[in-house]
Amino acid sequence: MLRRLIFTGLILGIIGLAVFWFITAPQQLAADELPNHTANAEAGAYVFSAAGCASCHAAPGAKGDDKLILAGGQRFETEFGTFIAPNISSDKSSGIGAWTPLEFANAVTRGVSPNGSHYYPAFPYGSYRLAKLTDILDLKTYMDTLPAVAEPAPANEVAFPFNVRRGLGLWKLLFLNSETFADDPGVSAHVNRGAYLVNALGHCAECHTPRNFLGGLNHDQAFAGAPNPDGKGFIPNITPHSDGIASWTAEDIAYALESGFTPAFDSLGGSMTAVVDNTSKLTPEDREAMAAYLKTVAEHPRTSTN
Amino acid sequence: MKNLVKLAVVAGLASASTMAFAAGDTIAERKAMMKSVGAATGASAAMVKGQADFDPRVAMLALRTMNAVALGFADKFPVGSESGGKTTASPKIWEDSAGFAAAVAKFEADTASALAAPAADLDAFKAQFGAVAANCSSCHQDYRVKN
Repeated sequence: MLRRLIFTGLILGIIGLAVFWFITAPQQLAADELPNHTANAEAGAYVFSAAGCASCHAAPGAKGDDKLILAGGQRFETEFGTFIAPNISSDKSSGIGAWTPLEFANAVTRGVSPNGSHYYPAFPYGSYRLAKLTDILDLKTYMDTLPAVAEPAPANEVAFPFNVRRGLGLWKLLFLNSETFADDPGVSAHVNRGAYLVNALGHCAECHTPRNFLGGLNHDQAFAGAPNPDGKGFIPNITPHSDGIASWTAEDIAYALESGFTPAFDSLGGSMTAVVDNTSKLTPEDREAMAAYLKTVAEHPRTSTN
Repeated sequence: MKNLVKLAVVAGLASASTMAFAAGDTIAERKAMMKSVGAATGASAAMVKGQADFDPRVAMLALRTMNAVALGFADKFPVGSESGGKTTASPKIWEDSAGFAAAVAKFEADTASALAAPAADLDAFKAQFGAVAANCSSCHQDYRVKN
């Protein structure tokens, strides 16, 4: 009887492991899914600003042109452990200079490394998967022109069970939006452009949308504000609710993205200063599009306090 | 002797309570100071954005306001005023007080140098305003948290 029980337990365990292994397998783009595209570094520079790569991957405290040196090393202290931004400079061994365009696209839009393991979602591939692959290919071509840094960034400091990267396959299955970005035929091209910049490249939801206890975004509360994932404070509600930015006009939002000033001429602080560094480099039309889109999102009250 | 101890205890309590009271006031004071800077920035930005005509008197008033705030601002963060009063001051102000003092000193220096060479026209003021306003975000990046 006991023997039979052990035997059944073993079989069930093996089946469980097999299922886990199967459903957590990294899902990757195949080579034939990449568009036929002549990548353009200048267009890639614009994507680089819109996607805010330097905000996390520049060295800690880097200012101005030093933000183009993507040495990594910034620390993000979260409830799951401390994530350390990797070196994504053009260095061929410590950075990503040796990656093929397909490997790069899989990293950025699928969260899968060239050796086939999952990245932690501190890297906002959940948003970037909405990006156009032509933008991603342009981005890689631009990043290849940036300085190489030979020094690798330190490794993440993440404890069990979160250090089992394979488990992230389950996280992706539960929380990743499988949709790709599609224009909403009910709104103008201007608002659709704003939606693309906010949701795909700008990855605004990653901080402004609350998360569940496993770190998955709660899309029903999109942009309702959330506790700062990295330290003290609260990331503001940016929906058109009175708890959010209902009183801001689209011009106010666009001006904040250009200058960092709110309508009351408070100056945006914390990690939003790095975001404004990027959005200030976009065209006025694109900032206006982001503002126009944010005026159309569903309003939500502030979700919680910190 | 016993009376002396009593007196010391009472005096100690009294000063502690004044300190607590003062901390509440300090938070309100530093908020009012930042609101003055905000108003000065708003008036300046209206001219820079072309929503208002350039007026050298407004430019001077704005820079004087910012400079006056900068001169006393670093003193408005005594130990004991880290929390309460819906403060959005970051703990880093106290963890890195030298860095914070340097950031305020830079704001003071940048406003002072703009005041030393008053802008005669809008283009000159735009350059001054850009240099002065850069202090807002660089200081808020490290030393302010939203709640």
